[in-house]
Amino acid sequence: MHSPSVLLLFFHPRYEDSQANKVLLEHARTVERVTIKDMYELYPLFDVDVMREKADLLKHSVVVWQHPLYWYNCPPLMKQWLDLVLEYGWAYGKGGDKLAGKRVLQVITSGGSMEAYQQHGRNRYTHREFLRPFEQTAQLCQMRYLPPFIVPGVNSMSADQLDAYGLQYANILSALAQGDASYPASDACHYINEIYTV
Amino acid sequence: MEGNFLQDALIYLGAGIVCVPIAKRLGIGSVLGYLIGGIIVGPYVLGLVGKEGVKVMHASEFGVVMMLFLIGLELNPQAFWRMRRIILGMGGLQMVLTSLLLLPVLWYGFALPLNTAIGVSLAFAMSSTAIVLQTLKEKNLDKTNAGRSAFAVLLFQDVAVIPLLALLPLLAVGGHVAHTEEGSFPPVFGVLQDYPTLMLVLAVGFVYVLSRFLVGPLLHVIAKSHTQELFTATALFVVIGVSWLMEKAGISAALGAFMAGVLLANSAFRHELEVNIVPFKGILLGIFFTAVGATINFTVILGNPLRIVVAVLIVMAIKALVLAILARLWGLKNDQNILFALLLSQVGEFAFVLLAAAWQANLIDVINLDFFKAVVTLSMLISPVLLYVNERYIDPYFGVKERDVPTAPADVMEERREVILTGFGHFGSTLGRFLRANGVEATILEHDSDRVQLLRKMGFKVFYGDGTRLDLLESAGATKARILISAIDVPEKNLELADLVKKHFPHLEFYVRAQNRYDAYELIDKGIAHVYRESLYTSVFMGVDVLSALGHRKYTMFRKALEFIRYDEKSLHRLAKLRHHQETYIAQAREEIEVQERLLKQDARFADLRSDHAWDKTPLVRQD
Repeated sequence: MHSPSVLLLFFHPRYEDSQANKVLLEHARTVERVTIKDMYELYPLFDVDVMREKADLLKHSVVVWQHPLYWYNCPPLMKQWLDLVLEYGWAYGKGGDKLAGKRVLQVITSGGSMEAYQQHGRNRYTHREFLRPFEQTAQLCQMRYLPPFIVPGVNSMSADQLDAYGLQYANILSALAQGDASYPASDACHYINEIYTV
Repeated sequence: MEGNFLQDALIYLGAGIVCVPIAKRLGIGSVLGYLIGGIIVGPYVLGLVGKEGVKVMHASEFGVVMMLFLIGLELNPQAFWRMRRIILGMGGLQMVLTSLLLLPVLWYGFALPLNTAIGVSLAFAMSSTAIVLQTLKEKNLDKTNAGRSAFAVLLFQDVAVIPLLALLPLLAVGGHVAHTEEGSFPPVFGVLQDYPTLMLVLAVGFVYVLSRFLVGPLLHVIAKSHTQELFTATALFVVIGVSWLMEKAGISAALGAFMAGVLLANSAFRHELEVNIVPFKGILLGIFFTAVGATINFTVILGNPLRIVVAVLIVMAIKALVLAILARLWGLKNDQNILFALLLSQVGEFAFVLLAAAWQANLIDVINLDFFKAVVTLSMLISPVLLYVNERYIDPYFGVKERDVPTAPADVMEERREVILTGFGHFGSTLGRFLRANGVEATILEHDSDRVQLLRKMGFKVFYGDGTRLDLLESAGATKARILISAIDVPEKNLELADLVKKHFPHLEFYVRAQNRYDAYELIDKGIAHVYRESLYTSVFMGVDVLSALGHRKYTMFRKALEFIRYDEKSLHRLAKLRHHQETYIAQAREEIEVQERLLKQDARFADLRSDHAWDKTPLVRQD
């Protein structure tokens, strides 16, 4: 397939206030064969168009979920999207193999630092542990869950640091868009940050 | 007489019609077009216009008065107050410095007696309000720094005419003051004539009360009669009335009109007044410029061409020099500085008035009068040429363009708004309130004057007028706005407006209210993308509540409602195309039934296709 191969689904209920996500998306837009969908702009009333979403999923080979981490979880529209779009008999269950083989990358902007997300840190669990429901969701749909990309401490980050993360993000996306075979699998590392440095 | 009037009108209007488009095509501006037109019909070329040119010029000077009224309208008292320093400082210095520098030239160089030289130098400090403001508007320079500064200087000059007129007779040393009475006061005012100061205070006070408290209600009553020409008549009545009164009180008509304009700037009828006066102003100014062209005395010029050319050059050079220095003092950048200096370098029409007054006061003899009048006219003729040269050859060398960059927000005349909302009834006002609650202030046009009054009391910025009129939309800023919303409840008007927008403001995003499916179809046919049927959302959401009362879960019905609306919008666009395929004419009622039928059939399919798979519906397995 030669159509754009990465489907970037961006969920942010207050995008206008998020400098970090603005910078990340700016860099994402520079990468070819990436379709970016600003979901809160598309479905302000949570009226997710299931048919349209399914059609878009079928057209791409990589799905990116980009969102902030609120209360150790995704924003509600993303949950709505998961609930409505990943239907039984389509995405999972009997005959549900439409997403089989696709890869999923989760991109998280988080207020806390990496140190806070440790066993002895303030949040007691790692990002990876908090993201387990998503990993398992992908698993159930026969998708390959990639090591997530974490942008931590976004509340106190300088513009330069933010740009560095943006460049890193663009590199990751272009590797995925080009179908880079050497792209690390889920168990190769905790976070893709560790491998894909600028 | 009748025949003469028609013939004169033909000649003056014809000169403009022929010459202005040519001038515009050549890129030299309409003012020069009119002037050249005047010269051509004047006594030295075609000879169509004779001595009466002077009379025509004086009559059409009223165009300048109207222009000042219009300027006043655009400048509310607060904005005027903010400009006070630049008006007094720059304007005052310009007059003083220019006259001081001109005085020795006229005194020594042209061997005028000292008092005459003083009079002429003061008259020559004036610039042409008519030419400059017309040029500014035409070239869209009125919001630049140079434009604003020029306006300030002109305003000071226009006001200064009054004390100058009083000063000139005093300059005539022991001269017999040939006071010519131009019409007498009605007997009521006769007594007041002996107390000029009291008269002045009364007149100014009267204009204040009139503009502030009387004109509004009067226009309101007139508007209710729904007679367009009556409104025009009233607008003219106000302008002419104020001018007449101020002139009688010994104040210039121009100043009076300007004052009335400023006082009416905050009125609901501002746009409507503007729209009604603009054509008269335009025509009168055109005739004025043509008359100026026609009255150029080529005999005087050709009698001593060198002397007159030198005089014009020296006068303009001195004026431009003073202006350039002032511009520098007030921090104008290079290109703005040059523009400003050239803009105001001519001698203006008020010089004619002052020279005439000087002649009446025996301050100047006829030979000199004719000579200096020729100087004035020539300078007026040259200044548009200078601007043209500047625009073409000088300005491009200075890269910095200050246009559109509001460096001094303090004296911004009026911010242009992004959204224009026409129709402020139940639909429009709800919309307007919602926009406002989110910090978007729209320019609102409403044709019901009662409503306008009420809403203005509540603090909305509402203007009175028919929002489907091209000129009104223009003065409401349609050329600069981004979005035009029509909340008008008459489908025919909206269709009209759709055509108008497509033709004249193609850049505007047009959001329009439709009453029902049928006028929505017609709007879609015209290629309008944003069509809003007024009953769609209300009826569907009423359905949500009914279904909820019947025991359905509210959230599910809410989701269904949104889905239904999306589906209905799609079918609207599809059926809009489809209905053209119907071969035979179907009566409106028949058509409605057919459409309903088709809709119902589609809805059945909608229910089939969109069965809800979300949140697994399979009942829980019973655990026995």
